[in-house]
Amino acid sequence: MSPETSPGLAGLAWRQYRLERRLFWRNPSAAFFNFMLPLLFLALFGAILSGNQANLDVIVPGIAGMSIMATTFSALAFNLTFLRESGVLKRIRGTPLPSAAYLAGIAGNAVTNATLQLAIIVVAGRVFFGIGWPKNWAELVVFLVAGVVCFASLGVAFSHVIPNFDSAPAYVNAVFLPMIFISGVFYDVKEAPKFLRDVAEVLPLTHVIDGLSGALVTGRGLADNLGGLAVVALWALVGIFFAVRGFSWEQRGA
Amino acid sequence: MATDQAILVSELHKTYGEVEAVRGIDFTVRRGEVFGLLGPNGAGKTTTVEILEGYRERSSGEVSVLGLDPGLRSRALRERIGIVLQSTGIYRHITVREAIGHFARLYPAPRGVDEVVALVGLEGKEDARSRTLSGGQQRRLDLALALVGDPELIFLDEPTTGFDPAARRTAWQTIRALKDLGKTVVLTTHYLDEAQALADRVAIVKDGRILAQGAPGELGAGNGSTRYRVAWRDPAGAPRQEEVEDPTPLLHELTSAALANGGRLEGLSVTRPSLEDVYLELTAE
Repeated sequence: MSPETSPGLAGLAWRQYRLERRLFWRNPSAAFFNFMLPLLFLALFGAILSGNQANLDVIVPGIAGMSIMATTFSALAFNLTFLRESGVLKRIRGTPLPSAAYLAGIAGNAVTNATLQLAIIVVAGRVFFGIGWPKNWAELVVFLVAGVVCFASLGVAFSHVIPNFDSAPAYVNAVFLPMIFISGVFYDVKEAPKFLRDVAEVLPLTHVIDGLSGALVTGRGLADNLGGLAVVALWALVGIFFAVRGFSWEQRGA
Repeated sequence: MATDQAILVSELHKTYGEVEAVRGIDFTVRRGEVFGLLGPNGAGKTTTVEILEGYRERSSGEVSVLGLDPGLRSRALRERIGIVLQSTGIYRHITVREAIGHFARLYPAPRGVDEVVALVGLEGKEDARSRTLSGGQQRRLDLALALVGDPELIFLDEPTTGFDPAARRTAWQTIRALKDLGKTVVLTTHYLDEAQALADRVAIVKDGRILAQGAPGELGAGNGSTRYRVAWRDPAGAPRQEEVEDPTPLLHELTSAALANGGRLEGLSVTRPSLEDVYLELTAE
């Protein structure tokens, strides 16, 4: 036995996180789709709706919700499919790096992107879109955390359904695009037809956006959004269950 | 404790659904030796090795790697082994130095980055991103990442597939260097010359069973194929060939006949079956 001790779990997770951060910016297409695109949407819609405060009040929390989903659900489903297919996960599995430290590093990268984007949107809301500073910071943090946990775990779970990297964009967008339209990123769900409203009510993004809207715009407190928070939590539990249960370090059929 | 043995495998079975991929394999690998697993595709080599590496669970049998059960996937064991898989990826935008440095920190007593770079022959490529490396350089990076933890035992699964002859020779030198460092190496290959050149002992695997094992030069001793192949031309010039247990009487007969006829014994050769002969004979359908 060697006298040297094994590196600690927290240190390993931190190092993995640092590596993921560094490599994230080196991949221009990932940096664009995961980071710049929601901000571009915000700028465009902000410019189009400029002067129409009622619409801006809808679009800013809507884009914030979309950002949380894009940086966690889409990014993780996409990245894990790539890491699995290219064999990076299998290689990691053969090293002493504990799985928990590795996955914490990957998830931490997604959470950082979600937080950074939300911060940028909050500032833009104050500076450009006449929304002012958030009315309820605690509620903002609660819905950021709930949204991140929910969509990150759903993204990991969804990566098990995607057969290969070539089809990953189609699979991810088949969920992401309908979800952002139905959940009211671009309009107020309350004005949608009844059947769409019913669908929206069971989707997590609708409630994340509701919560963010309360925190950023309306000031509707956490107590009034507990029902929505429960829906998000339920989806998170489903996501965590399938993320852990189905997790595979290798591509199936390989 | 049999400390001179790095790997012990006994009555190993692995079943995937209805398919029995490994059907009762026994072998041992001694510390400090290069052990070759040879066999056609689908023979069960990779399944066997992946059980030893901790990637797959066995269906039954006993397995011990460095005195530990790989099925438990203990971190202590993974700190002492290095794995080069048939195909594994690496982050596309990471540099060689970053990758080796990052993996080094996962181990309690890693080798220096520059030392590992030199060992696998990637000098001058330290700052290149992995996606810009050639196939052979990628493979050397694979090897570097497996060696950086200074493992006692190294698994190499088809390490030179796709290499040009010069790159293969270089890789062979690296593997010999590992042996000189006192490492134990388990080498999976379907190149017979590679096994012949590198392995102290080989096992030939087919249909989930070991058909023969031993030193490459002596292989076949256990299954009645220690034969000599004697080839010559008969007086009419036609090539003749015979395989015999003991070549002495045949050679005596041939040389006597040639002397009696006043002719020459043309095209005479006496050869031991090569690893390739044994392999082809054993793995023939």
